[in-house]
Amino acid sequence: MAEIKKDLVIIGGGPAGLSAAVSAAGEGVKDLLIIERDVRLGGILNQCIHNGFGLHTFKEELTGPEYADRYIKMAEKEQIPYMLDTMVIDLSYDEASGEKIVTAMNKTEGLFTVRARAVILAMGCRERPRGALNIPGFRPSGIYSAGTAQYYTNMEGKLPGKRVVILGSGDIGLIMARRMTFEGAKVLCVAELQPYSGGLKRNIVQCLDDFGIPLLLSHTVVDIKGDRRVEGVTIAEVDENKKPIPGTEKYYECDTLLLSCGLIPENELTGKLGAKMNPVTGGAFVNESLETDIPGVYACGNVLHVHDLVDYVSGEATTAGKNAADHILGKTVSGDDGVIINVKPESGVRYSVPSVIRPAFMPDTLTVRFRVGNEYRDKNLTVSLDGVQLMKLPKRVMAPGEMEQIVLVKSKVYEIISGKDIREHELIIRVEDKE
Amino acid sequence: MTDVVIIGAGVTGCAVARELSRYDLEVVVLEKECDVCEGTSKANSGIVHSGYDAKPGTLKARFNVEGNKLIHGLSEELDFPFKENGSLVLALEEEGRKGLEELLERGNKNGVPGLRIVEKEELRQMEPGVSEDAVCALYAPTGGIVCPFNMTIAFAENAADNGAVFRFGTAVLGISRQEDENGECFYRIDTGTDIVEARCVVNAAGVYADAMHNMVCEKKINITPVKGQYCLLDKTAGGKAVHTLFQLPTKAGKGVLVTPTVHGNLMYGPTADEADDKADTSTTAAGLNTVLSKASLTLKDVPRMTITSFAGLRAHEDGGDFIIGEAPDAPGFFDAAGIESPGLTAAPAIGAYLAKLIAEKLGASGKKDFMASRKGIPSMALASDEERARLIVEDPLYAKVICRCELVTEGEIRNAITRTLGATTVDGVKRRTRAGMGRCQAGFCLARTIPILAELLGKSEEEIEKSGHGSYYLDGEIKHTL
Repeated sequence: MAEIKKDLVIIGGGPAGLSAAVSAAGEGVKDLLIIERDVRLGGILNQCIHNGFGLHTFKEELTGPEYADRYIKMAEKEQIPYMLDTMVIDLSYDEASGEKIVTAMNKTEGLFTVRARAVILAMGCRERPRGALNIPGFRPSGIYSAGTAQYYTNMEGKLPGKRVVILGSGDIGLIMARRMTFEGAKVLCVAELQPYSGGLKRNIVQCLDDFGIPLLLSHTVVDIKGDRRVEGVTIAEVDENKKPIPGTEKYYECDTLLLSCGLIPENELTGKLGAKMNPVTGGAFVNESLETDIPGVYACGNVLHVHDLVDYVSGEATTAGKNAADHILGKTVSGDDGVIINVKPESGVRYSVPSVIRPAFMPDTLTVRFRVGNEYRDKNLTVSLDGVQLMKLPKRVMAPGEMEQIVLVKSKVYEIISGKDIREHELIIRVEDKE
Repeated sequence: MTDVVIIGAGVTGCAVARELSRYDLEVVVLEKECDVCEGTSKANSGIVHSGYDAKPGTLKARFNVEGNKLIHGLSEELDFPFKENGSLVLALEEEGRKGLEELLERGNKNGVPGLRIVEKEELRQMEPGVSEDAVCALYAPTGGIVCPFNMTIAFAENAADNGAVFRFGTAVLGISRQEDENGECFYRIDTGTDIVEARCVVNAAGVYADAMHNMVCEKKINITPVKGQYCLLDKTAGGKAVHTLFQLPTKAGKGVLVTPTVHGNLMYGPTADEADDKADTSTTAAGLNTVLSKASLTLKDVPRMTITSFAGLRAHEDGGDFIIGEAPDAPGFFDAAGIESPGLTAAPAIGAYLAKLIAEKLGASGKKDFMASRKGIPSMALASDEERARLIVEDPLYAKVICRCELVTEGEIRNAITRTLGATTVDGVKRRTRAGMGRCQAGFCLARTIPILAELLGKSEEEIEKSGHGSYYLDGEIKHTL
């Protein structure tokens, strides 16, 4: 089996991998390699032909492929090598040498390994399938994840069905409600188990409201009819415990059921590597440098935690790329004093990225991203460090479908922690009632 | 005139076909679905039972124990996944001990080797995740797990390689008993498109075996479909159970089993409810809830990472036992009816038994060129790195991953489609290769599998189906309905 050495291997050539690679190359890492399993760079953006990408990064509205193309051009300009149609099948850590061993294969090189000083995990995420939702009924054809339907419609030019019910109001489902309507299908409704939408507000307006597609909140699919192809689904209202309310069932004759019920980071390799995983995000636990608990292994984008906006993915990946470069080039701040700040999401906050901060390694400002677990109106978001309140931000609306962020200022952090004789500090993020 | 027609290409029919293909006989298998393993055989526990459960003296007891012994050798000869992981029947309260002792005695009478009762401490060592409530268990070291799809497919492929003919999409609408000029009995089978004549018929029609039997026999049988629902869990939960864990039935009802599958998933189930309809393989919310709540009695920390749920129908005959052998009033008509649990385990023994009876009846001799072994599709997921490298050198498409979750390559999928009795549907590819059986349940690979099927079968992508009979995926080009 052939073996090569690289300073940096980036697993995944989607938006996260591309941004990370461009960033690392810009910092001076020249011996790097992107490994992409698809036949082209760009990842899922290639099938996201709707607009709305890039408002933060490029201050203009781009389609998914246009957004990807910007980064592909940057990668080409930096002459970053990449392999396409290549699948990484194993990832391990050689503690003695500190090297990460990436095993991959493709049609031309066969099976090979890359020994890398640093690895950036950028494998993205996948959609939650029907089985994970335990929807009862038959198991016919015509049940697709929204992304599969999107692939068919946008990449293959094929229509997955004509009369469509969508379960789940995740962004891809909302986008596909509009997309399939454009392509001649009739979208009957979008049912959402939660009492709030899982997607961005702008997508509800632009993809459902503008087309008269009803959004049924607190509803779910309770039966699927058709033993060969979907013939119809039964939708019922659910109570506050998410249990279907008897008597509220309504049958929809349809040939297609699209599922947009959440995304799951694709962390098989992270698991093989043995990195510690966060059960809430499905991604690895990372520190302020977006480094997992395996030294020199960084994670960014949807493989770390699911994002709403690709702009944030690019931002996060740029940070990961820079940190990996610092690690490789020995620029990492020396003098790890062993002091850490544990970030504790509490009271309505489900998780945070990072989950631990080494103040010595903090940049001047550090973005902490998180999601809330419920829909909140007119609440305060509070951040406190060792009991000292750092922030109290009034929030009109917070919802699980929209990622939140706070920015920590290094100097303010040190104001609180310096001089204390404790090595573990606690940063608490909470949703609180307004007084 | 064909020598033998087998009705049904489930595990029983395929096992009979494989054993009959040892003899110089013309064998035709008629199957109403588009593939083998489309009925009860595809939706069951995948358990190789040791044989303590059936009443001594019954056909279930006999063929279970015999089949269990055969599967070991067959899994090597025919290259299908099998693992002797042993099974444990758990008593979740002290008064269950008596029940375990009864099972032990029954098992001993049935000739099950190695049965013994293990006490709490040993049980914890054997099965660290078992519920705190488990006080003792019956250990059956010969219990195992098998891939029901690949076992059935292996039987069928080997039968076909040895000359058996499989006709898919061929339902049996009528059977009539005839006599030739010498007064010899034969059967005329109406498929709706043609008439097939056979000297012997094997009725392996699963839940429909009563309908077949009753067309030619005076003594009627009656099969009730009994639905069993299951939840299949992610491979990350696969290690939560080492053995197949049964619950000792109590006054509160029959329990469910918790078992690792031979591919490393974890599975819970089944329920047992009479179904109204022999085609009703739908799951129900109540059924799935029952499975999950009962499974939580077995393990102290029961994983909930379900990746799919499904239901199968057991062919329960009123008499409660298998019906195996020549029908008394229909010479040459052989039943393999009422094949419910432990039917999967029993299938190889039923196959061998019926094949011998039929060969004797027809005076057939053994085939000189019978090929006893069959090679399965190489699995990149299971192969060593050396083996992987070799496969890729032979065919670079073994480096092209189609199903990411289960690491299934284009080489494997092409192999599955082009081999003997190759897959013609997406489900056929799935059962042969595991493409689409992982945690994303074909979210990625469906769109990559369909074009390969289309190319190799010379069809359009729109013509590719999940399991035949109108289960299409694609509805033409976009905008065609505008």
